Amino acid sequence: MHLLEGKGVSIHFGGLAAVSDVDFYVDEGEIVGLIGPNGAGKTTLFNLISAALEPKPGEILLKGKRINGLKPYQICRLGIARTFQTVKIFGSLPAIENVRIGSLFGPLNRLSTMEATKEAIELLEFVGLSDVASAPAKDLTLSSQKRLEVARALATRPALLLLDEIMAGLNQTELLEAMELVKKIQKRGVTVVMIEHVMKAIMGICDRIIVLHHGKKIGDGTPQEVANSKTVIEVYLGEASDAGD
Amino acid sequence: MSDLMVIINMLALVYLGWFVERSLQKNKSKMWLFSGLVVVMLVILFTLPNYGPTYSYIMVTTILMYLVLTVSWALFSGPTGYISLAPAAFFGVGIYTSAVLGKDIPLLAVVLLGGILSFVLAMIVGALTLRLKGTYFIMFTFGLVLLITNLLLWYEIKFTGTRGRFVVAAGNDTIYYVMLGIFILLLITAFIIKRSKFGLALQSIGQNEEAAAHMGINVTGVKVIVFAITAFFMGMAGAIMTMKWTYIDPYSAFDLFRSFLPVLMAIFGGMRYFYGPVLGSVIFAYLEEKLLTEFPYVYKLAFGIVLIAVILYLPDGLAGLVDKIRARIARKKNALT
Repeated sequence: MHLLEGKGVSIHFGGLAAVSDVDFYVDEGEIVGLIGPNGAGKTTLFNLISAALEPKPGEILLKGKRINGLKPYQICRLGIARTFQTVKIFGSLPAIENVRIGSLFGPLNRLSTMEATKEAIELLEFVGLSDVASAPAKDLTLSSQKRLEVARALATRPALLLLDEIMAGLNQTELLEAMELVKKIQKRGVTVVMIEHVMKAIMGICDRIIVLHHGKKIGDGTPQEVANSKTVIEVYLGEASDAGD
Repeated sequence: MSDLMVIINMLALVYLGWFVERSLQKNKSKMWLFSGLVVVMLVILFTLPNYGPTYSYIMVTTILMYLVLTVSWALFSGPTGYISLAPAAFFGVGIYTSAVLGKDIPLLAVVLLGGILSFVLAMIVGALTLRLKGTYFIMFTFGLVLLITNLLLWYEIKFTGTRGRFVVAAGNDTIYYVMLGIFILLLITAFIIKRSKFGLALQSIGQNEEAAAHMGINVTGVKVIVFAITAFFMGMAGAIMTMKWTYIDPYSAFDLFRSFLPVLMAIFGGMRYFYGPVLGSVIFAYLEEKLLTEFPYVYKLAFGIVLIAVILYLPDGLAGLVDKIRARIARKKNALT
């Protein structure tokens, strides 16, 4: 059984099919990359999985159980956590409180306040933010805010973590650190799906890549397979290299 | 002389508010001293009818009424940023509970029932409207007050034939004690909510509701329940306060001014602090009573000027000003040493 499975997942905004008839699966322990040009429907797919939106029609299964129609907080407690493309931190709360909220409300089995605090401290260290634990989240740098979102999402003790462009806008050093972080998350036993435009990161750490274009799935395979796929090169890599010239 | 009594009791009330804020902080030094002072303040407040003239505790009752409205308003609207204009509705429900049932059941039961009915109304309204954001929420709560007023007016004229009702009166000291009890209960409730993870959840909702929902917080549930708890206190305050007024009608019971004043008082005092709204409503209410009796023609004008000045020059209200002055004194001390 797959950890997460989507069957014919679709959603329309007015006349626009933002995601249309996408079948996908994620297996436990994988790092799956979700790529595609701007407007391909990647973030919309994340919104569908995390129940910010409801697929119409289509079905999403977590460990074989249908999770459509649940509320975002229920999805979170079932074990799917996410970060946001544009950071959505609790700005005036200290970094540690941001993470503590995750560990107080996210896990299915409630933690005591003490345990939650301990876990928050551990997670801040895990993402490398121990030094700024008591600083208001809005005062952190963008790259730190993105890592704070990762820590906050991990605090909910997810089985599956959805990372939405955590590497956008990072410099070379930060990028390598972020790749390292994703690898470390996988080692913790958390399955990862990541939306990313940074090809180096995607090719470097993903076990499998799903390619979306105009809301449709046009590729699914190992980085090698996807890089060699004719359709993918035409619509995606092709465009990207044109833009690079 | 009686004004001095009033001012001493006002200070005692502000102290209680400040103490709650202080107890929420991690800084535990001198807590034994502060807790001891709380006992002193409570004694001062609870014995006021024994040593003060009638005027003094009638005045403090009015101050307490505004305190209950403002502090409970700020308890929900402060952290979440959902500006509710419904206090007058919940307060009015309390008033009508008293007017309808005051003759038949004991006073404390009436007060409690007034609170419970407001709680239920808030649950229903909250479930319907707390999905609304920003201006839409404000407009709906505003409309709620108007809706209830006119519905009630229609009912009274159609079925009872009269517009108003007489309310069973209670002694000034009884009203004072009950109102004080409600306020202290509110402070304890506020302390428990703020210290629990509900307090953190409310803050996160105000900061970023979408992220809060994805962190496992049942945002609608948290909002509705806290909204209803605050309505409970407003309803109780209405139920007891009306026993002073003896005659009410839908317009006086659901006076929209009681929706605006808590907002103004909270801003005036400083919403970033727990004791800000306490400070704001104590001073505001005192000024209102004073100005109303001594300068009836200019009091609203004076109000307007004070408010504009506060919003322009004191974005964090009076409590923010206190903080600034403290910081300046601390800096001077450091400079000298």
